[in-house]
Amino acid sequence: MSSTSISLNHLVKQFGKQTVLKDINFTVSPGQIVGLIGPSGAGKSTIIKTTLGMEVADGGSATVFNQVMPNRKLLSRIGYMAQTDALYGSLSGQENLMFFAQMKGLKKQTIHAEIAHVAEVVDLTTDLNKRVSSYSGGMMRRLSLAIALLGSPELLILDEPTGGIDPALRRQIWKELNTIRHENRSILITTHVMDEAELVDEVALILNGKVMAFDSPAALKKQYQVNSIEDVFLKAEGVQL
Amino acid sequence: MRIIAIMIRVLKELLRDKRTLALMFLAPILILFLMNAIFSSNSTTNVTIGTVSLSQAMNKKLGKGNHVDVKLYDSKTAAEKALKKTHIDAIIQKKHNDYILTHANTDSTKTTAVKMAVKNALTARGTAELKTGLKTSTTVIGKLRHQLTITSKALAKLQFQVAKSTNQKVKTSKSNHVTLAQVSSKKMATPKITNHYVYGDANTSFFDKMLPILMGFFVFFFVFLISGMALLKERTSGTLDRLLATPVKRYEIVFGYMASYGILAIFQTVLIVLVTVWLLGAEVVGSLFSIILINLLLALVALAFGILLSTFASSEFQMMQFIPLVVIPQIFFSGIIPLDQMASWIKTISYIVPIKYSGDAVTAIMMRGAGLSSLGLEITVLFGFLIVLTVLNIMGLKRYRKV
Repeated sequence: MSSTSISLNHLVKQFGKQTVLKDINFTVSPGQIVGLIGPSGAGKSTIIKTTLGMEVADGGSATVFNQVMPNRKLLSRIGYMAQTDALYGSLSGQENLMFFAQMKGLKKQTIHAEIAHVAEVVDLTTDLNKRVSSYSGGMMRRLSLAIALLGSPELLILDEPTGGIDPALRRQIWKELNTIRHENRSILITTHVMDEAELVDEVALILNGKVMAFDSPAALKKQYQVNSIEDVFLKAEGVQL
Repeated sequence: MRIIAIMIRVLKELLRDKRTLALMFLAPILILFLMNAIFSSNSTTNVTIGTVSLSQAMNKKLGKGNHVDVKLYDSKTAAEKALKKTHIDAIIQKKHNDYILTHANTDSTKTTAVKMAVKNALTARGTAELKTGLKTSTTVIGKLRHQLTITSKALAKLQFQVAKSTNQKVKTSKSNHVTLAQVSSKKMATPKITNHYVYGDANTSFFDKMLPILMGFFVFFFVFLISGMALLKERTSGTLDRLLATPVKRYEIVFGYMASYGILAIFQTVLIVLVTVWLLGAEVVGSLFSIILINLLLALVALAFGILLSTFASSEFQMMQFIPLVVIPQIFFSGIIPLDQMASWIKTISYIVPIKYSGDAVTAIMMRGAGLSSLGLEITVLFGFLIVLTVLNIMGLKRYRKV
């Protein structure tokens, strides 16, 4: 097995009697952006939680950097952005970044430079000293992404990072994601924005706890004989086009 | 390092939440002031007694009692009307040689006060009668004594005349006189009672007994609620997940919270102690430092308890539901109500109530000046609570991250 950033093998996850993940297989290689798409309730968030080690697989295995998760130490090499803006509202943007930088174990000397860099990427430099509670929804989303980017992690796991962000900034974020890809770092991203799914290297189409398809966007379109990923999505769901 | 970062973050959040801060620091002071005012005046219940056909002396005696007003009525019906209109609290009627009392009995303390007042008045009258009786008897005794002196003088003369007898007999009879005089003068004096207090003074009230327990209760209540809410918010807002997605260790989160709330509890305890000592004038025999230490320990127990219970709540409202279940019963078993006469199973429950131990310890420090070394049991038990709850919390966080 060559070095992979994420490798999910026959992953099974149950909550009580309900089997959420049935047989999930896919890999994320260094320098690759993999998109997870699928309807809500398909199990995307559970895949992310299991990959992060918040949940333990009931069958199969989830490995990150070739080490079986859960593994606390590996978390310092992963940047995670949750679906909800998990931020401390009474703290300023700067304080939020500072706190998570400390939690990630960033070195004291590099923290300030690191915060300045990620704030610039998400265009929040001028708003860093405002309290987060006064931020707009888009600003919170950006700060949330900035936190994930702290410390230049080798793997980014982003749960719908561009929701509520205007097109100009979305383009800027994708530019940054591409830079990350060129640095041979990997990204696992879930999205509902289908034209974003066109930008990734490989798409994992999740339906009912299974990977329906895992290929490059072009290959998928070819396979389903449609013109866009959105149509692939709809066709896989069984919607008549 | 991470523990300190978490501590600073939690403190920052708390300091910016002005309302919560005000609740933690001003609410206890307000409540203490109110309770002090309410419980201190507890002993002075004012009662008004209506009297029907009572002797003037008896009326006077009744009126002499503390916080007792007497109203004279000509007939029983008039008095009963007044009783119904709650102008008076009781009616006393004299029938032949007996007294008949009719109580409104809407307030048991007033009923007791009336009974006391009547009893006192009757005793006072009885004493007065005794006194007059005693006086008469003393005069009689005086006369008798006089006669006795004369007789003894005559006897002495006789004895002297007899010459064979010694002076001793005279002396004996003389000493007899002296003792008799002493006895009678002793009976005349009313006994004087002097009260000495080991703790406090004559103004020491029920409130003073409650104070050490209340202090602990405030610390427990506010730290329990606010810390529980804080962790709950961290969980529902998703920041806990995000926090656990970093390589932070679970114990670092728990200890970070403990450090921040520990600091807060120190300030709160110091404030409450200073208010009770300086503004409410409570007496602290032992050291303030020991009191703060015990309360800090209790605050940490409350914190661990709040965090633990917050994992069983899915919203702030559910957290509030723990108040009647967990917090209020603590008051009952804390020792405010004496547990000595309660059923044994209730006593058993009190052993698992943390406030009981801190209350016992602070009472001992405040009222008897006990040192920390003599409070080994209480401190050990509180530490035991703390350790068990902390371990449970660190394990409990495993629910949200499996390592």
